[in-house]
Order: sequence, then structure tokens, then C-alpha cells
Amino acid sequence: MNVYYLQLLILIGINIIMASSLNLVIGYTGQLSLGHAAFMSLGAYTSALATLRLGLPFGAALLIGAVVAALFGIVIGLPTLQLKGDYLAIATLGFGEIVRIVFLNLDITGGAVGLRGIPKETDFLWVICLVLITGFALNRIIHSRVGRALLAIREDETAAESMGINSTYYKTLCFGVGAFFAGIGGGLFAHWFRYIHPNTFGFLNSIEYLCMVVLGGLGNMWGAVIGAGLLTIIPELLRQIADLRLLIYGIVLIIMMRVRPQGILGQSQGKSTHTLSRYYKQILGKIKNR
Amino acid sequence: MAEQTILKATNICHSFGGLMALKDVDFKISSKEIVGLIGPNGAGKTTLFNLFTGHYCPTRGEIYFNNRKINGLKPYQITPQGIARTFQNIRIFSQMSVLDNVLIGQHCRTKTGLWGAIIRTSGSKREEARAYETALKMLHFVNLEEKKDEHASNLSYGEQRRLEIARALATDPTLLLLDEPAAGMNPQETSTLIKLIRQIRDEMNKTILLIEHDMKVVMSISERVAVLNYGRKIAEGTPQEVQNNDEVIKAYLGESA
Repeated sequence: MNVYYLQLLILIGINIIMASSLNLVIGYTGQLSLGHAAFMSLGAYTSALATLRLGLPFGAALLIGAVVAALFGIVIGLPTLQLKGDYLAIATLGFGEIVRIVFLNLDITGGAVGLRGIPKETDFLWVICLVLITGFALNRIIHSRVGRALLAIREDETAAESMGINSTYYKTLCFGVGAFFAGIGGGLFAHWFRYIHPNTFGFLNSIEYLCMVVLGGLGNMWGAVIGAGLLTIIPELLRQIADLRLLIYGIVLIIMMRVRPQGILGQSQGKSTHTLSRYYKQILGKIKNR
Repeated sequence: MAEQTILKATNICHSFGGLMALKDVDFKISSKEIVGLIGPNGAGKTTLFNLFTGHYCPTRGEIYFNNRKINGLKPYQITPQGIARTFQNIRIFSQMSVLDNVLIGQHCRTKTGLWGAIIRTSGSKREEARAYETALKMLHFVNLEEKKDEHASNLSYGEQRRLEIARALATDPTLLLLDEPAAGMNPQETSTLIKLIRQIRDEMNKTILLIEHDMKVVMSISERVAVLNYGRKIAEGTPQEVQNNDEVIKAYLGESA
């Protein structure tokens, strides 16, 4: 296969893992997290150090990276998930910046230079298998007692608690699961590009994953897949105007929120209760009232 | 009454900042009773509900349910002990199917975790099938069985109220708290509701405490009525006694009545 197309496919795969794990947190549980790239970086650095310094096999390194990311997800989730809406968004944004700055200043992570010479272990087979495993696991979680509890929290936290759902526990659990798969995405990323540095996983990357989820449709498994695919391919097609990429992202998001706030595949029934579309509706309402 | 007391609240006080919402309220419910809780707006009825279900923690006083102290516990800890409620302003999970709404009621009676969900162990499959069966039974009970696959937001107002009751019943409570179940219902829906509440007590052996402004409903199904006014319990007794109580008449109609 042509190297260029292979790289594109691998990027799409990694982005599908990132977008669908973020979808569990934002789309299904309704917790607006803006720090998903930070969990990716935790997985990337941990697994890269595991293969580079410890010489562990790739599979084990991926798993360790994912577990470390999940542990951070739980530790960060416990205090911050007590916050709601905008406050949670700000807190996760802050967490993402902290992680980036820590990696920038640690010796073991190579500081601003980052880690280079990571063995190239990621290939098409690894990516496709892990995409399938991620999709399978997330799908099973969503269609279970656990998934119903997450949806109930999104719909109405007070009512969920009065149904016997410990919302702090389930929100933290979902944060941990989301971070676990983001860690896997990070591990795959590091062992494909063989070079990572703190700015690979900045705030803008978190926003990119958010865009994929919103574009595809919050709370829809295939939506995240389509969003990840489109937002990986479109920038490639627009290479000549690469500087305008983020501008186009912004415009696409605004148009989406105007004509199809639930995303390409989002549920269209009844009134929208998703966090993000609610924000956009509020903002649009304010603009209209001017 | 020979029946045993299942809920006992003593000297309940609750204040929001400087406002005393409840002052020294004593309250008792016996097993399989239907008790009405009435009072003018702002009397503290819903506050009392929120204290029983753990949404608030009383400023002073104790609440015992089946001889276990429950004040200070969180809602998700109280529900498994057997208290379920509906809300004054309907709080169904509107973006989920009717059936899923009721399945969530089974949450505290099931225990499949993350692992069981991913692997789909035989235990979790059996549990899911059992929860499904219970949920269908509850939907049948409130006559919403045909609508099980509908989006909850597509139900009519009266149906949403009934769905909330089915969801509460799915938590398998001994005590059911209904917060204005007849609000916004037409006379026909109201009479269906009265029948339903009686059935819940007679066929499912539940104890029921309800807040209601529709006096026809309260007086026709309650065996005992308690009246709150400005955070104090001003009367308690059979519907007859309460209707003829001077303090109650004063509270509702004013001094010169």
C-alpha cells in the first residue's frame, strides 16, 4: 500500500479510538471534558518510555500506557466531576495544560525536545484490531446496566440519584474508561510517528476530538467514527490552505449547530438535552435577542 | 393501629439560610397506609419529601426507616433501602425509551459492573433478562406496555406521570412518595390515577405518602391526612377530621372564614 494512504488510514483509526472514547464521556454521560488529549499524551509517553527504556513488548507497553491514563482519569475525575457544565470544562482544560507543562519540564520525558527514536511498532493490523476492540467494548458498555446509568446521569442527575445511581462513581468510571482508550490511542500514535513532544497533545488537539464527536453526533457510536474519518480526511484535502484549517473547523461547527445541532448521526427525537447543543442554543438565543 | 411503623421522623427542622422551612415536625407512617400530605404553597411539603429521600439533610431531627437512621444518607443510598419517589415537575429521562426508563429503576436491584457488561457473563445476561421482565410487568401495571419502545419525551403528560410511577415501582420500594401525581391531569386521567394508587397499595402491598393539591384525590384515597402550614404540622387525622379542623380552614381560607 502507498505509504501516504497507509498513514492516513492509521491516523483515521487512532482518531476513531480517540473520538469514540471521548463520545462516552461527552455524548453518553454528558460531561464536557476538554482534556482528552492529555490522557492521550499520558498513554503515549508511558508506553514510549516502556518500550524505549524498559524494552517491553509493544502490547504490554500499550496496556501499561492505557492503565496509567485510566488511573489519572480516575484521580482527576474524582474531584473535578463534582463540578458541572462550564466549570468542569474549565477544570479539564486546566488539567490538560498541567500535563503538557509537566511533560515539558521533566527530564525523563525529554523536556521540550520530547522523545525520539521510539520503535516503530504500530502497523495497520494493530490499529484495526484496537479500533474493533474499542468499538466492541464501548458498545457493550453502552448497552448494559452501566450504560443506562451513564445515560440517566446525562438526562437528569437528580432523578438518576433517586433511582439509586451513585453518580460520582459512574461519572468517574466513565472518565477512567474514556482515559483508558485515549491512552491506547496515544500509545499507537507514539509508536507510529516515533517522535512525540509535549505540544503534540495540546489543547487544540482536545478541541479537534471534540469537533469530531460533535460533527458526527453526540451519543452515537457511528457518529464518532464518521466524525473522526471526515475530520482526518478533509484537512488532508485542504493541504494547500492548511493555515485556514482551524478557521474552517470553526465555520463547520457553527453551520452544524445551526442546521443540525445533533450532529450528522445524532438523535433527532424531541428536544435536545445534550450539554453542548444546549450551550450553543443558549449562545444562539443570546445573539438572536440582540 | 396495629400495623407497624415503617417511617418515623422526630423533631424535624430544616432551614434554608435564615428561612425555617420546617419546624419541629413529627411524622409517622405505618405499613400499607395511604397518607396524604397537604398544605398551602410553600408550607414545606416537598422539603419534607426531599428530607425523606436524602436530597436534603435535616438541620435538626432524626428520620428512621424500618428502624434504621437514614438522615445524612445520600439518595442513592436510601433508594435501595426501599423508598422511591416521583417528582413534582416530571423528571423522566426524556431522550431514552420508555422501557429503558423503567429498567433504570432496576439499577439498585442489579449489580452488573463494567466487566460483566463487556464480557456479558452468563450472570449478567440472566440479570438483564430478569430486569427486563420486571420492567415489562411495571409497564403493564401502569398500562404503558404498548409504548415501551417510544421515546419518553413523546408520551402525553398523563402518560409521563404514569411512567414516573412505574420507574419508581421498579426500584422495588416499600414506601412510595408521590409528589403531586395528579397535577395537570384532566378529570378522566385523575380518576384512572386514583384507581392506580389504590392498586399499588392493594396488589403490590406498598405504603404510599402523597402530596396533592387536588382535594378530591386526597380526600378520596387517603386514610390519614397531615396538614403543614408555614413549616409546622397543624393537623393530622382522617380526611373527615381534617376537613372540619378550624386551624386547617384558617390556613386555607384565612382568619375571618
